[in-house]
Amino acid sequence: MTSVAGTRAAAPPRLARWPRLGRAALGRGLVTAYLSLIVLIPIAALVAKSTGGGLDAFWTSLTSPLAVSALKLILVVSVIVVVINVITGTAIAWVLVRDSFPGKRILNSVIDLPFALPTVVAGITLLALYGTASPVGIDVAFTRAAVVLALLFVTLPFVVRSVQPVLLELDREMEEAAASLGAGPLTTFRRVILPNLTPAILAGAALAFARAMGEFGSLVLLSGNLPKTQVPSLLIFAQIESGNTTGAAALSVTLLLIALVVLLLIGRLTHWSLRHAR
Amino acid sequence: MGISVKGASKKFGDFVALEDISIEVPDGSLTALLGPSGSGKSTLLRVIAGLEQPDAGRIVISDRDTTDVPVQDRGVGFVFQHYAAFKHMTVKNNIAFGLSIRKRPRKEIDTRVRELLQLVHLDGFADRYPSQLSGGQRQRMALARALAVEPEVLLLDEPFGALDANVRKELRVWLRRLHEEVHVTTIFVTHDQEEAMDVAEQIVVMNEGRIEQTGAPRDLYDHPSTEFVMGFVGPVNRRGALFIRPHDLEILQVPAVEAEEAMIERIVHLGFEARVELLLADGEQLWAQMTLAEAELMELAAGQIVYARPRHAKVFEPSGASRTEELAAA
Amino acid sequence: MPASRTASRLGLRFFAVGYLSMLLLIPVGMIFYRAFEHGAGAAWAAVTTPEALHAFYLTILIAAIAVSANTIFGVGCALLLVRTKFRGKALINAAIDLPFAISPVVIGLSLYLLYGREGWFGGWLLDNGIQVLFSLPGMVLATIFVSLPFVVREVVPVLHEIGDEQEQAAQTLGANWWQTFRRITLPAIRWGVAYGVVLATARALGEFGAVAVVSGRVVGQTETAPLWVWREFGQFNLTGAYTASLVLAMLAIGTLLAMNAFKRKEA
Repeated sequence: MTSVAGTRAAAPPRLARWPRLGRAALGRGLVTAYLSLIVLIPIAALVAKSTGGGLDAFWTSLTSPLAVSALKLILVVSVIVVVINVITGTAIAWVLVRDSFPGKRILNSVIDLPFALPTVVAGITLLALYGTASPVGIDVAFTRAAVVLALLFVTLPFVVRSVQPVLLELDREMEEAAASLGAGPLTTFRRVILPNLTPAILAGAALAFARAMGEFGSLVLLSGNLPKTQVPSLLIFAQIESGNTTGAAALSVTLLLIALVVLLLIGRLTHWSLRHAR
Repeated sequence: MGISVKGASKKFGDFVALEDISIEVPDGSLTALLGPSGSGKSTLLRVIAGLEQPDAGRIVISDRDTTDVPVQDRGVGFVFQHYAAFKHMTVKNNIAFGLSIRKRPRKEIDTRVRELLQLVHLDGFADRYPSQLSGGQRQRMALARALAVEPEVLLLDEPFGALDANVRKELRVWLRRLHEEVHVTTIFVTHDQEEAMDVAEQIVVMNEGRIEQTGAPRDLYDHPSTEFVMGFVGPVNRRGALFIRPHDLEILQVPAVEAEEAMIERIVHLGFEARVELLLADGEQLWAQMTLAEAELMELAAGQIVYARPRHAKVFEPSGASRTEELAAA
Repeated sequence: MPASRTASRLGLRFFAVGYLSMLLLIPVGMIFYRAFEHGAGAAWAAVTTPEALHAFYLTILIAAIAVSANTIFGVGCALLLVRTKFRGKALINAAIDLPFAISPVVIGLSLYLLYGREGWFGGWLLDNGIQVLFSLPGMVLATIFVSLPFVVREVVPVLHEIGDEQEQAAQTLGANWWQTFRRITLPAIRWGVAYGVVLATARALGEFGAVAVVSGRVVGQTETAPLWVWREFGQFNLTGAYTASLVLAMLAIGTLLAMNAFKRKEA
């Protein structure tokens, strides 16, 4: 037998493990450096600029009439858009999962089009049908309705794509059990299906809200550069063009904070409802 | 030679997976690590393989201290519980993987793969993908893959855990035969005492990160050194300080020395054998195992009053010592 | 009962199909009509001007660089997140999702501030003759920023799903880190990577807001295809704008088809 003694205390240095540790540390370093260079440092520069003139300057630029009306507009419009998305998105997901009809598969793949389509093209697309030269006689160009329309277009996939897989996985036996206990279709939907979908709906809604708050490309053409349709992203762009980067930075940071708070809140809410659904 | 583990300890956070474990596995033997889930048996196997690093202790394989040797160079064959089949490779390429890593010539690899396919009865499956195999076939492929590199030791983690009861029994016999053919030092992990008894030459019983007992199957069954081993390797009745195997509980129709009065609650027919469930005067329950023929000969029936007497029983002293009481002989 | 249930099902179906048609299908269809309103020749002429061609070339070049960088980063980062434990993992995880929560214009502004003459990096870089803003590097940085999460987010769940047993098996058979990655891990995650690449490419090709801010929009030099479409539309070159939109829309539809193909392979 071997002569190596089994010592429990003071293990000798494990040279064989060093390469592995070194590689992991190197990987961590590279990933952190990349993320910092691309994402974190630019955002830090933005925050620094927004507060560079002191909090008073930050507050002044944020409370300018233009900024206030832009923020009000985007909050109201985003809420409207999210509410519509929750209803239509859930309905579309339902139809895609539970119904069957010719062309369903094509419809299913088309849902992602707003993710793939350049936002400027989305704007032009909507203008072509609902603009000044509308062939169907609906002209919403340069109105607040156009803003809602554009945001509905770009946020369409979020709720659908978040609800769809959950609905697909949902145990049909649960619904059959509810039916066998005397629940009608509406009661079953409200008391059995909906609670199971809520976390997914909320998650989709949060992403849609964050996207709506920051949308730019699809609005540049549809909004017509008018004060009444000027959302924060358009205002920030205009401020950069006119050299007011401090004001633009202040509004940017505010926009960023609102998006983060909403994502965080909904994250908590989703967590909470998931726990209660189990 | 063989494998020896000396004082191995391993913690995961606060959880003690292994506590000062030492075992000797003789060269060419077939050893089972037996224990309930969480007993540390899989961790011990992974420590031997080099997939986990022990916090303390040494691992010696074939007289070589391999504690600090990375898994790639340890020369162990490892078969995973869920086979870990390379899904994107054919059976042939799965088996050839280790050899192609070692840059062996094409021809040698082909020959070796053909031999191994024959050994594990998978000839004709060379070009299939793992998804086209049954569970048992995948298991055999995983075994061939591990054997291809001619490992010094073969380690199997719950090798039959994910299989149907029938396939499992078949593969047990097959594994024992394979071991007789290949004769590589083999350790396998299982939580099934019947499986360990059926396949292994030596069994190491583990519980809560410690070794309870090591021995041949027969030894463990007849001379368990702890309550835990007694209960884990077979059924047991407990009466006061006595631990009695159900087949050591004798049923008499007349009173006798050391025999206790009991009422038959129920007789369960299990084909060849019968289980007689007894209720004692103080409300405790015992059960006796006998052949169905015996039970019928004695005309046992529910509700009958009988007298139960252990032929022999185990007593475990608080000091850790144990003794066998030969009661029926008294 | 059955009659009312059929009615409600049909109602829901028509609602869903109607909504999608009004919002999505008919508007996108209109692009086709508008592009060829004045004939295929006019459409062709409008998008083959040197400026238009340069815009498309620039868009493809930027997307190629940005997506390559994000693919390498994405696979490495996913491996790190799933296969190793370290402090600050939650932070990295959160930082990866940031681009989803930030407006493209804000992304553009943050780069504009960092690399401008007054910025932390800009001054030093300009003194050393490196122009980031209003040139290719800035546009690439902006595009990397907006398309950063896609590959990571697609690869992480796949890595979780395949588990690490196959990788451990390869190691017990003697494979080193690189051999394990190339021969076991990479083939197992390839469709996830492909899916992420397609999503990132679509995002990169269509990027507008961030690039609009950092590019300076110099015609024929730093003007990408989406920016070209915007300017042409503003100057009432509608045929050109619609045709270029059509080309971009076709790319988007190609993306959808690729996505569907990869999704099926993955399953």
